This record gives sequence, structure tokens and C-alpha cells, in this order.
Amino acid sequence: MKKKREKNVSISGSETLLKSLLEEGVDTIFGYPGGAIMPVFDALYDYRKELNHILVRHEQGAIHAAQGYARASGKAGVVFVTSGPGATNTITGIADAMIDSTPLVVISGQVVSSLLGTDAFQEIDIVGISQPVTKWSYQIRKVDNVSWAVAQAFHIATTGRPGPVVLDFTKDAQLATTNYYYQKCHSIRSYIPSPKANPENVRQAAELINAAKRPFALVGQGVELGNAENELRSFIEKAQIPAAWTLLGASVLPSEHPLNKGMLGMHGNLAPNLKTNECDVLIAIGMRFDDRVTGNLNEYARQAKIIHFDIDPSEINKNVSVNVHVLGNVKTTLPAVESLLKTAKHEKWIESFDIVNQEEYDKVIEPEIYCNREAISMGEVVRTVADATNGDAIIVTDVGQNQMMGARYSKWKSPRSFISSGGLGTMGFGLPAAIGAKIGMPSRTVCLFCGDGGMQMCIQELGTIMQSKVKIKIIILNNKYLGMVRQWQEMFHNKRYSETPMLNPDFVKLAESYRIKARKVSKRDDLEDAVKEMLAHNGSYLLEVDVEKKGMVFPMTPAGTSVTNVILEK
Amino acid sequence: MEQQQLYTVTVYSENHVGLLTQIANIFTRSFINIESLTVSASAINDVHKFTITCFSDVKALDKITKQIEKKVEVLKAYYYTEDEVISREIALFKISTEGLMAIDAIENLVNKFNAKILEVNRQYTVIEKTGVQDEIKKLYETLEPIGILQFVRSGCVSITRSKYEHLSDFRLTIDDF
Repeated sequence: MKKKREKNVSISGSETLLKSLLEEGVDTIFGYPGGAIMPVFDALYDYRKELNHILVRHEQGAIHAAQGYARASGKAGVVFVTSGPGATNTITGIADAMIDSTPLVVISGQVVSSLLGTDAFQEIDIVGISQPVTKWSYQIRKVDNVSWAVAQAFHIATTGRPGPVVLDFTKDAQLATTNYYYQKCHSIRSYIPSPKANPENVRQAAELINAAKRPFALVGQGVELGNAENELRSFIEKAQIPAAWTLLGASVLPSEHPLNKGMLGMHGNLAPNLKTNECDVLIAIGMRFDDRVTGNLNEYARQAKIIHFDIDPSEINKNVSVNVHVLGNVKTTLPAVESLLKTAKHEKWIESFDIVNQEEYDKVIEPEIYCNREAISMGEVVRTVADATNGDAIIVTDVGQNQMMGARYSKWKSPRSFISSGGLGTMGFGLPAAIGAKIGMPSRTVCLFCGDGGMQMCIQELGTIMQSKVKIKIIILNNKYLGMVRQWQEMFHNKRYSETPMLNPDFVKLAESYRIKARKVSKRDDLEDAVKEMLAHNGSYLLEVDVEKKGMVFPMTPAGTSVTNVILEK
Repeated sequence: MEQQQLYTVTVYSENHVGLLTQIANIFTRSFINIESLTVSASAINDVHKFTITCFSDVKALDKITKQIEKKVEVLKAYYYTEDEVISREIALFKISTEGLMAIDAIENLVNKFNAKILEVNRQYTVIEKTGVQDEIKKLYETLEPIGILQFVRSGCVSITRSKYEHLSDFRLTIDDF
């Protein structure tokens, strides 16, 4: 084992932290200083060249930016915040990262250890608060534990099913000195990140697929997290298995791949939902049968034999009882099963998806993305951006109608190109996540679709764009409503629009005050030109589009009903 | 809904601060009340053992034990029905010595209930009873008319009916890595 040791070099806990981060390949940190983390920021002053610190405007911005960074780059996102409110402000993003399996290492300052438990100024039990929403949460009270804790944190955050880790770092440990020594962590006795698949299960899975007449694959983010896009393509191509994706699996398969039959779930495409209850073998790959995908479990794929590929044993039989599970990283389990697969065709079955999807195209998609209603529709904005970016952009969304439209009508060619808050559904996620994504993948165009509501939940991060010169394209779909809630009110609450109409600021002026170029579009004829101008501009750009006030996202499967209960029109 | 019955959940973990609340939280999240809980060192060096009893069903416990195992510092979690384990609780009763003499039943108590007298003085007598919950309950009912001054009962400790401690399987798999 390679060991690195610098003899007799006594440095502070803060500097040890920074050197340890460098050992883990960190080059970017999102953060906000404060009393209890000041020694770390002081040490950072000497490491400005190696560690690019992005100063956010609110700790929630830091955590979401780190999420966007991690999702786009595949590396762990790192956050520095102070104790007390600094730490608690990160909780929403930590919970979001936990449910969406995003690797993060959050370092929070903590009061000096002699004051712990005394309700000292800005003291909070962040380890206790964060435990239910982290993979691991640990308080560093001794300077000698710093490098060990960082090594553990990166190992835990990035291996197996990734997730967030919190290191709570007392101020005295930041200031004390130690002989620097770093050793990467490769295993922890009580932690099995990637369980091995049982060969018998691998054989049974292949047997079921080989016997299937109507196999159907459900693809989730696990494929992206395992960097197994090629393995997935090879797998479904060999046995000609039509596939559909979960929200977080949107960019796993290229949009134009002939076996890509669209999106699953409440606002997913028609064929994937209907065919779930027609297939004979359902193959779930790195997805977790979220209720937004399954609808009513009692009416979900009852006719099918179900195979579940997942790295996390606690996902097996959690929501849906499966016939065969294949544990482990899909990067290895997909090829293992594929090697036992026979080539197959399933032409008629595959074609049946296209017939159903055509019905949706005629009734829902075409009127939405080539809208001839008076006002601009949300879908045509997304389509215009998709056309102009040619499927090469990273698409980030906020939460709500903008998210569903962004997922439904964007196009992708490569993985890690769609970033959205899936499990937690955190409004305010979009703007900081887009900033993080751009910093993680500077060579790519990053487009954010955001509603007028969500935009205002982390709008302070326009300041981060200004200060750190981040170049993202912000598209506000402004319907002057909290659109998705309004849609539910229209459909399920007798059009009683309780607290959903929004009186908004002038977003263009607001952006301009942050020195961000901005434009507002209200007429269809200006849309294409504005999108082109936005993409051509060398810098961040905010495009506000006045869209239909009462636009709807269809199809829709109402919550708690069967996947086949799809509403196509008003 | 499956039949609810008493299960014993055993958890093997590293001896780290804060694990108890994390494990308890997993039960809380599923709205399962913990009937009893004991935590102590296990037969394996450096490994701690939680013994938790609760009313639940196989489906819920299958999920709960997997959630527990997901915690980085947990080695393994198992669940057992009452038939699969030998369980004992310990109870201490403090009775007025005068009352006890009045009914002239000490001998009977000790023999019939297999209880032990730990301390006798003029004021009170302390009786220890180790057994299953029902036995302790019966002794409680017997002593109640005399007047129980104090009563305390431990959580449950359990040992499986299998030959070895189950964790040894886990150790073998760990060596493969």
C-alpha cells in the first residue's frame, strides 16, 4: 500500500484538511465563511491557487451548487460552512443528495470542544441533525483525526451507492497542530459498498430474459453513477429490449437511440407507462421504484416477472417484490447477465411502443412543442432550446412544471447531462445546481429551466454568478403562478387557486443589477432569436419567457392511481 | 396485513458514539415501538451487540434490518421469532419484609418461581427473578397483594438456537474482499 508521509512537518488541523482534500483530488470548494470555520478559511488563503473556492450567497446555494458539480463531473462536491445556521442551512441539500445518491463532503465548523453541550454561540448538534440524511456524519474533535476522517469521508461518499457525508470540525482541532500524514481509505470493516451478485441470480435473470416475449427495461441513475452507459446499451441491444428512463436516468441513453422509448412516471410518456402493465419481464436497472414512477403498487406490473439490478440491498423488495435481484454495480452485473443472453428481436413488441407514443405525440406533444395557442407554451421554449443546443447541453431544472417540461422535451447525446432534484423535489435547487454543473464541466453549455417561483427561492445566487464569472443560461418559464400546484388545484381542488398566483419582480432588471445580460420575451416570433442570442452570448444570460398562465403538463397519472390511468388532455 | 408478533432484532456494530439514536430512528420512521433494548459488548472483540424486541411482521423487519445494515458502522442485523432464540429478562422486586413474613410464603416463592433473595433486612426484602416476560409477570401478580415497594425490569437478552454467533458468517465474507 502506498503511504505518504512528510516527516516532522507540523501543521494546523485546518491546513491538514486542505492538504487532505488535495490528496483526494479536490480542486473546487463551495462555501461561506463564519466564526467557527475561520481557521480553515485562513489556511485556504495560502491555497487559493490549488483550491478554487466559490463564494456563494447562502449556504443552501453552496450545497446545491456542490450537488450540481458532483452530478455533472462525477466527483464529490465539497462544501465549507460555519457552525450553527451555516450548518443547518445545508440540511435541505444534504437530504436532497441523500435521496438522489449524490456524493458530497460537507465540512462544517463547530465551536471549540470545551464549549460543546453548553448552548454556546452558533453551537448546533449538526452530527445529530444530519445523521438521518447522511451516509456518515462525524465530529472531528482532535487534530490527529483530521486526515483519517477526510479519507473515510471520501471513501464513504463516493463508493457504493454514493451519498453525502458531514464532517463537523471543532475550532480547537482546526487550530491545533499535528504531524501531517495522509493515507487514503480503501475499506472499512463494517461497510460493504458494492455487494457481489450471486451467480445463481445472474443465471436466473438471464434465463427470464431469454424466455421473455415482451421484455421491458427501466433505467435509472444507477447506470450513470456506475459509468455503465455502454454496458447498458450493449445489454439492451443484444436482446433488443425496449427501455424507458426515470427522471434521474434521463440522459443515460441517447434520446435518439432506437430502444429509448421515453420517460417513466407521473408525467412520463404514454407507452412506457402502459407497457409496464403489458410486459412479461420487467428489468429494473439502477432505479428504486419511486412512487412517482410506480403509482399504485397494487396495480403495478402484476403480470410481469421482475428483475432488479441494484447496488443497494435495502432497495430490493422495498417497494416492489421482485422475482430475481442482481446485487452490485451495474458496470459488472449487466455484462455478467449479458454474457448469458441470447440475441433476440422482439420487433412487434418494440413497434407497439411507437404506436402508443404516436398517439401521445399527436394529442399532447405536438400541440405543446409546436404550439399554436396565443401565448407561448412551456414545451415550445424547451424544444427551441433543445433544437438550438442540438442535444449537447447539460440541462438543469428546478422543480415543478419547468422540471417535467425540461425532462420531457430536452434531448441528450451523452450521460450526466440532466440535473434535477428528483427524490426530494427541492424548489430553489436549479439556479445553484446549474452554477455547480458549469464549474464541474466548464467546457459544456449549461441551460437552466426554472419557474418564477423556484427562481426566487435561491435568487441570491445571481451574486455568485457575478462574482465567480460563471457562464450559465437561465431560462425562466414565467407563468406568474406556482404552476404545478396550480395544475393540481385546477384538476383536484375545484380550481381554488389558494396561494399560487405570484406577483414577481422584474427579473430582467434584477439580473442586470448583478451585471447579467437579460432579456424578456412575450411573443412567439422573438423566441428563437432570443434563444440564439442567449447561447451566443459569452457569459451568463437570463431569458425570461412569458408563458401561458395556465399551461398544463400532460400526460398525467394522478398520484396513487395505476400507471395505466393516464390523463392525456383536459 | 401480516400477523404482528414479537420479534428479536440483533444488531452487531462498531462501538461508536451516536449509533444508538441512528438505529432507534429507523424504528421510529417505520412507527414501530421498541419493547425492550439492551446494548453491550458481544462475544466478538470490539463488536457491540444490540438486542431489540418489537412487535412487527416479516415484511417490515426485512426492510428495517436492511436499513440498519446500511449504516456504515453496522456490521450486520438479524431478526428472529420467539422460537428461534432463547431470551431472558431480569427483574428486581422490593417488598416489605413484614408483609412477606405475614403470608409465610418465602419458601414457596423461591421454589415455585425459581427466584433468588438478594437482600433481607427489617424493612424490605429484594427478590431477583430471571426468566421470560410471562414468568416475571406472574411473580409480579403474586407479590402485588403484599405490596411492591419498588420494581424494575431489564431489557431482553437473547441467544440464538444456532451453534455459533451469526456474525461469524459475515466475517468470512469480509475476508473475501
